[in-house]
Amino acid sequence: MNLEIPKKFKGIQGFALTAAQSLFRPISRKYDLAEHEYPKELDLFAAGLNGMNEGSGGAVGGASSKKEDVQSGEVKNGGNMANCINIQTMCYGDVGLLLTIPGQGLGNAAISAVANPEQLKRFSKSWAAMAITEPNCGSDSSAITTTAVKDGDHYILNGEKIFVTSGERCDCVVVWATLDKAIGKAAIKSFVVEKGTPGMEIARLEKKLGIKASDTAAIVFTDCRVPAENLLGSPEIDVKKGFGGVMETFDNTRPFVASMANGVAEATIERTKELLEDSINLDYATPINNVKAVEAEIYRMEAEHEAARLLTLKAAWLADNRIPNSLEASVCKAKAGRITNNLTLKAVELCSSLGYSYQELLEKWARDSKILDIFEGTQQIQQLIIARRILGKSSAELK
Amino acid sequence: MSKKKEAKKTDFSSYFEFYNNLLDSKIGKTLQLRKLSEKIVYEGAKNGVKAGAAATKVFQTFGSGKAKRLEPKKAKDLFDLNYNEEQLMIQESIKQLADKIRIHAEKDDYNGKISEEILREYNELQLAFMQIPEELGGIMKEKSTTTQMMMVETLAYGDLSQAFALFSANSVINAIVQWGTDSQQQILLKDFVEDNAPKASIAINEPTALFSPQTLKTKANKDGNQYIITGEKNMVTFAESAQYFLVAAQTEGGKNQLFFIDRTADGVSTSADVSMGLKTAELGKIVLDNVRIDESAMLGGSKGVNYQEFINYSKLGWCSLAVGCSQAVLDYVITYANDRYAFGEPISNRQAVAFMIADIKIELDSMRILTQRAVARAEQGLEFQKEAYLAHVLCSDKSMQIGTNGVQLLGGHGFIKDFPVERWYRDLRAVAICHNGLHL
Repeated sequence: MNLEIPKKFKGIQGFALTAAQSLFRPISRKYDLAEHEYPKELDLFAAGLNGMNEGSGGAVGGASSKKEDVQSGEVKNGGNMANCINIQTMCYGDVGLLLTIPGQGLGNAAISAVANPEQLKRFSKSWAAMAITEPNCGSDSSAITTTAVKDGDHYILNGEKIFVTSGERCDCVVVWATLDKAIGKAAIKSFVVEKGTPGMEIARLEKKLGIKASDTAAIVFTDCRVPAENLLGSPEIDVKKGFGGVMETFDNTRPFVASMANGVAEATIERTKELLEDSINLDYATPINNVKAVEAEIYRMEAEHEAARLLTLKAAWLADNRIPNSLEASVCKAKAGRITNNLTLKAVELCSSLGYSYQELLEKWARDSKILDIFEGTQQIQQLIIARRILGKSSAELK
Repeated sequence: MSKKKEAKKTDFSSYFEFYNNLLDSKIGKTLQLRKLSEKIVYEGAKNGVKAGAAATKVFQTFGSGKAKRLEPKKAKDLFDLNYNEEQLMIQESIKQLADKIRIHAEKDDYNGKISEEILREYNELQLAFMQIPEELGGIMKEKSTTTQMMMVETLAYGDLSQAFALFSANSVINAIVQWGTDSQQQILLKDFVEDNAPKASIAINEPTALFSPQTLKTKANKDGNQYIITGEKNMVTFAESAQYFLVAAQTEGGKNQLFFIDRTADGVSTSADVSMGLKTAELGKIVLDNVRIDESAMLGGSKGVNYQEFINYSKLGWCSLAVGCSQAVLDYVITYANDRYAFGEPISNRQAVAFMIADIKIELDSMRILTQRAVARAEQGLEFQKEAYLAHVLCSDKSMQIGTNGVQLLGGHGFIKDFPVERWYRDLRAVAICHNGLHL
């Protein structure tokens, strides 16, 4: 048993740390203030990343969640773990900027997970956003109302999508739509819609509480004709399998979102300790009830953060070894999301008006962190997934 | 290099085969055990050791004078949460006992005593062999802190209190292996691989509000070649029946150290200290009134021990107990909430109930993985103070939360003794408090 990060990841960790410190952190406040402005500083960085990904089979962002072969009996530390380490380190820099690195969208993860070889090749250079949520359907993605109707060699899409991360900046959007509302989940398919396709229109960009560097679009589809070969996976409606394919994307990506939270938590704890330097003396020996209240808070932050970080690595480790990790993916997402939100808010409180001020990034991290307990499944959805699984309940029994 | 590794592994497996045969056959067991005992007796005799039943132990220096330590385990440079085959085998045999312990636990808690049957079966497991170095009669070469954690965790799944009580002698073994001088090892360890292993226990806690193991009121003052120990300890396992204690006291230099003190030594008086839980550990108080012991009875001899590290190993033990017991709570409330009907359906169909159980799962996983990291670092000989401290902070908070939610989920049933959750509630309250008894 060993829970240390292997040396082979030190390289990517070092690269990510350099990016976090010298690229992200200096422009962190700039793009928090200039919401909707594209962070052009990321272009050169993204070009470098894409080059790196081609060589290494993908180490950064969403594009690397594709499965790697594991030989039986051999324990592997692979792409999922590398990705978690990388994302945490970059989000130690800035989570909003990580979310808007060109070519690293959630749609890319979906393409990696379910596309056929031809599609993989065709979309390999595209920055793909993901469009699932609708004005009247959030966590319940089986209830989506956007329709796709076959018409010759095309599907015709109609509906409205909201909360599309990088929806304006991306090259294409992976859109979830139903072939037949009456059939339910099994009829939901995902389609790659390229920017500029007639009938696809960016309705607006949201103004948000945090992660302002990342744009969030509302997109309307009106008789939007999409080539049939842009349907990801099988066009057949398989009632038995159906939804599994699309949901699989999320087993892969929940640990990545947990890693984002872990990065924000790491940054917050570090800065909080710096600002409190004269008031705290952490010896990791005196019982927690015998230390100052502020020291006890820091200890608890560190313990919670370490737990979230290790649970995330565990979920990634399972994925790398092809062991089903749906439960562990939800556990790490639930833990990392909630403790990071709690501790960033606590950090502002501990650092008083200094923490609250724009002079420091603590208040920004406290705003950024809220979304991490919401997107890719809210805290409550994670609890629901965990509860159903450990209690052996169906979605009809435990609603 | 790989060849060397291979050889090491084979060595270990053959010992294991041997150990299993030993468990399987009663005759074989007697024979093999005698062989091992003979080895110790031989080593002891060669060095002119006489155990003696003197009221105060004198540990002379023998032979090379070099204590036998287990080497840090070399881990592959790979994140890996798997137990190896040997560990899985040990886990399986302890699990079987833990299931029996669970059946006995309610009655034993009421009687304040572990049943004879459990004691006998526990002794038959002979865990001591998996703690003691080869040269001293065990089968170990390398540290196995992850195995020690798994043993305690698995036992605590049966019952926290009994796991604490049963492992107290094993913890003394770990302390002697880790810190003892050559003669402390030679004189004391052989008793543990014989049929009537002694009861022994570690005593750190003192009856003081806001107790800290760093600030001890118990003093050890040097007088010639003796120490005079004065103070009070409580929450001590088997205070009234252990043959000897490993007692923490502050020396004149202000440093804290540990001392072997026989229960029968002059100036030692013991009494029961019945508490909220941990009933089967037969908690008690020790009063030390100018107890004189030979200077050689300080753990680690004249150099003593790294006291903070000693405490860190105790924290790892208590975290392991918390993890095992919290797992018991989780499994129990899952079954209960699925079986219990209200308003025409299982109560687990309600989010208010189901989410509490999901939270138990989330926090239990957090406790376990934080403890595993600290334990794995200790096993590899890496610095682990921060990790052990944070694991203990988290386990203290979360296990109590799990304990109280366990009772809450059963409602009124949780409050009565027909169900185990009230016992776990009482036992888990000790996690944040107790530094006694355990040493991984």
